[in-house]
Amino acid sequence: MSNSDAINGSGNGRVRTMDIVNKGLAKRYKRERRFRMMGLSAIILSLAFLSLLFISIIANGYTAFEQTMIQLDVHLDAQEIDKENLAAANYLGLIRTSLKKTFPDVKKRRDKRKMYNLVSPGASFMLQDFVMRNRHEIGNTITIWVPADDDVDMLMKGNIKRDVPESERRMNDMQLSWVDKLIASGQIKKVFNTTFFTAGDSREPELAGIWGAACGSFYTLIVTLLLSFPIGVAAAVYLEEFAPTNRWTDLIEVNINNLAAVPSIVFGLLGLAVFLNFFELPRSAPLVGGLVLTLMTLPTIIIASRAALKSVPPSIREAALGVGASKTQMVTHHVLPLALPGMLTGTIIGMAQALGETAPLLMIGMVAFIVDIPGGFTDPSTVLPVQIFLWADSPERAFLERTSAAIMILLAFLVTMNAVAVLLRKKFERRW
Amino acid sequence: MQMTAAEQTAEQAEADMKQEEATPEETVKKSGKRKLVAREERATVGEMAVENPRMSCRNVDVYYNFGEKKAINNISLDIGRNEVIAMIGPSGCGKSTFLRCLNRMNDTIEGCQVKGEISMDGKNIYDKDVDVVPLRAQVGMVFQKPNPFPKSIYENIAYGPKIHGLVQNRDETDELVENSLKRAGLWNEVKDRLDQPGTGLSGGQQQRLCIARTIAVNPEIILMDEPCSALDPIATAIIEDLIDELKQEYTIAIVTHSMQQASRVSQRTAYFHLGDLIEIGPTDQIFLNPLHQLTEDYITGRFG
Repeated sequence: MSNSDAINGSGNGRVRTMDIVNKGLAKRYKRERRFRMMGLSAIILSLAFLSLLFISIIANGYTAFEQTMIQLDVHLDAQEIDKENLAAANYLGLIRTSLKKTFPDVKKRRDKRKMYNLVSPGASFMLQDFVMRNRHEIGNTITIWVPADDDVDMLMKGNIKRDVPESERRMNDMQLSWVDKLIASGQIKKVFNTTFFTAGDSREPELAGIWGAACGSFYTLIVTLLLSFPIGVAAAVYLEEFAPTNRWTDLIEVNINNLAAVPSIVFGLLGLAVFLNFFELPRSAPLVGGLVLTLMTLPTIIIASRAALKSVPPSIREAALGVGASKTQMVTHHVLPLALPGMLTGTIIGMAQALGETAPLLMIGMVAFIVDIPGGFTDPSTVLPVQIFLWADSPERAFLERTSAAIMILLAFLVTMNAVAVLLRKKFERRW
Repeated sequence: MQMTAAEQTAEQAEADMKQEEATPEETVKKSGKRKLVAREERATVGEMAVENPRMSCRNVDVYYNFGEKKAINNISLDIGRNEVIAMIGPSGCGKSTFLRCLNRMNDTIEGCQVKGEISMDGKNIYDKDVDVVPLRAQVGMVFQKPNPFPKSIYENIAYGPKIHGLVQNRDETDELVENSLKRAGLWNEVKDRLDQPGTGLSGGQQQRLCIARTIAVNPEIILMDEPCSALDPIATAIIEDLIDELKQEYTIAIVTHSMQQASRVSQRTAYFHLGDLIEIGPTDQIFLNPLHQLTEDYITGRFG
């Protein structure tokens, strides 16, 4: 009898291997299918949650990219505006006069105050800017679009419902009638919200922007990158290539791994104690924020860089040593270029972590309310996640959509950084 | 008679066993003709010294894991000028370890200790004042698996001369690259694509590239650690021819698993067994009339 017969299972009397194998086969496949299904459902579940997150953020936030503007006809009275001292003029008065002309039948003091509040307090600054740029218009009547107050904005976006009782509404019937009149005469419209992308923080939602926080984040990350990448890579190279294996290096390794798991707020406390109280560096500054985030990112970068160095095949090291390269030459000429993609990946992961970090920055004062756009590393500033935290904390309805919009900006930043990381890795990756 | 596969295999194994039992008797018959040194004897048989040696090793012991494991036991061996010396033996016998001692490549292994004396042209290379960088420039090495740098073919060759300052400008480098590739017999195959990655070549070409890289530094001794074990017979034949040519200018120590290769390329052969140098002698003698029982066992294919 030949071998192939045995495999096909045409034997006699005895229990054949194939029978046993066949019997268990269905069960085996079932188990494998179950395992695959579990993996697949895990991915589907996480994708579902991710899309839920994106949908809710975008649904809440997309309206923040639009802002309601009101058209006013302002008479730039030559007597009111001193040509020598433009800043001293009463622009608020001019705006109010213009509003009075638009709604001539409002007489009561309290109603008037409500009427003045149809436009944003920022309107007078816009008018001042306009006059400074167009001196020749003084004495004429000009048409200017000014941002509406956040309540009007919310009404236009449908966030203040007209059908709820007047007592439970933020705007009474009279205010609604004014808005309706403006709509009827085409003096109110929604435009793209450039303020949101160019302004710093403000107590008025319609004047608040993300640019100050974005600049703060940028300066902070620059400091973090410039410090943590070279220090992290140098530490990893030393530990991996040059340091002897003994109790001390073991201790250092264990502690680096421990540091990676330390809660970030602890680094904030360290920064407060060391950088602010001892070295007396400026409070709320991107410089200090960057230092604190460097401490936080270093373990991540060191661990990733060491893994990248470890993955360089020993044959490359032997080849370099074999032709007589010194150890440093071997590392700088051959090992580092091959490990660089992995190191960059680790660095970008660390940077992304630093970009989203809030807690340690609270401790060093970057949570302050800062209106000015920071112009350097020592200017007081805040960062994107802290800005999101601040806005989420504000009671105005209009800050809700701005919070979501800021989250979108932060996510866009992160996606861009990751894309850059992937590109860099592709560029430096070599096969061996 | 009907048999299942299992029964068949069992019968086969039984037959094998019988054959196995028969072998010792044959051995006794064979060894009856010549007097062989007994298997238990571990002292080196044969003439290990040569006149005016290039390298000479005396009482070399090598330990791994900070002295826990002894890999090489009291080896004394001379390597002559312009000779090819082959080192053979079963896996784990210490032949690669010994080879790597000759250019201090073992320094890179943590916990590896070398005792005894290894001298090149009369100077102990394990002396405190010896710098490994010039030593490795003098004693080049070709590894088991071809390991070109993940760079262009040109850069692979030019790297060594550049770091040692052997070339001053682009013209000199070009010339050296061409010469080295020509001597390694690779020039005609790669002259049109010097800027392409060395890792894109075939296995045999990669190994010749590594040899070209080694001779570009102009060493005096070339150590080869099983240079053909990852190559097919044709690529192996080309490299063996190359070794034959290179011995005019260089001293070559080659570790190999292939006894045919050892007999083809070498003038002297050393047989290692479990960290001991068992027998050393002219290649012809080792393969035709070994003096030690273990050598006889190995070359007749009884183990290894």
